[in-house]
Amino acid sequence: MTSAWSITAAVNPPRAAFVDYPLGHTTGRPHDPTGQRRLLQAAFAAFRDVTEPGTIIDLSLRWDHQAWRADPMRGDSLTAPQAEPGSTPGQSDSRTERFDTPQYQSEEDRRRAELRHGEEIACRACVGFDD
Amino acid sequence: MAGNEEPPVDYIEVTRRTYDALGYPPYTWTHSEDRTPWTPLAKPLADCRIGLIASGGIYRQGQIAFHYRDDASYRVIPRDVPTDELRATHFAYDTRDARSDINVVFPIDTLRAMVRDGEIAALTAQSYTFMGGIYSARRVREQLAPELVERMIEQGADAVLLVPV
Repeated sequence: MTSAWSITAAVNPPRAAFVDYPLGHTTGRPHDPTGQRRLLQAAFAAFRDVTEPGTIIDLSLRWDHQAWRADPMRGDSLTAPQAEPGSTPGQSDSRTERFDTPQYQSEEDRRRAELRHGEEIACRACVGFDD
Repeated sequence: MAGNEEPPVDYIEVTRRTYDALGYPPYTWTHSEDRTPWTPLAKPLADCRIGLIASGGIYRQGQIAFHYRDDASYRVIPRDVPTDELRATHFAYDTRDARSDINVVFPIDTLRAMVRDGEIAALTAQSYTFMGGIYSARRVREQLAPELVERMIEQGADAVLLVPV
């Protein structure tokens, strides 16, 4: 799957299916199981239909408004700085700061992870936590 | 592509402008010049065991969350995971919708429904998640990607759905 055509074209995977949605929606709109299902069915058709290595098929899916294109790399809305209205995309960095500690969705998640993993939490680059 | 529509956002160009504006040196994107590997699917999808790998910073409650600076670790998510135990954190996309319905970046319910209705044979017992935005392409190429490939082969995947953000 991809919502970033130019990046995928540069990486050149064997097959890709393009969805022109804002980042964070590569496999559909929220709370839309029918649309999510249709999207994956169309993407999976690439396994059958694509015969030329490097093909990106356009699933012809578009978001219901285009305003997101003005600031397409905005990070978490709660913490990221907002771009100036009318500015050119990319003129400022509206992504979230690069913290190097685990970024939990909630304090409850942090508590549960620390209960289970204890000191391991200090590991900043562990590969493959099994559960 | 249909006419009268805006072209896809060129994220490579947007990133170049961001880095210029911040005075950073240009980001070095991965350009694969190698011949694209090609393996045709050997059987119908309805007979295939499908794997899922997603880079949207998804973890299960109880696991250690990802951090935002070159985190090349990954998490193992079992195929029977309760959907409401899945979480998303990431520095470069708005996670509100993912937190409201994880299927927008990790289509676990969608795939389970396709298994139930016989469109695909099964999911691998494990799915894998990691945190995109890893600056070191070398760590991905030499460490993360080979390990995920190995694990998917162990899982008996016939094909793998890759879901970046």
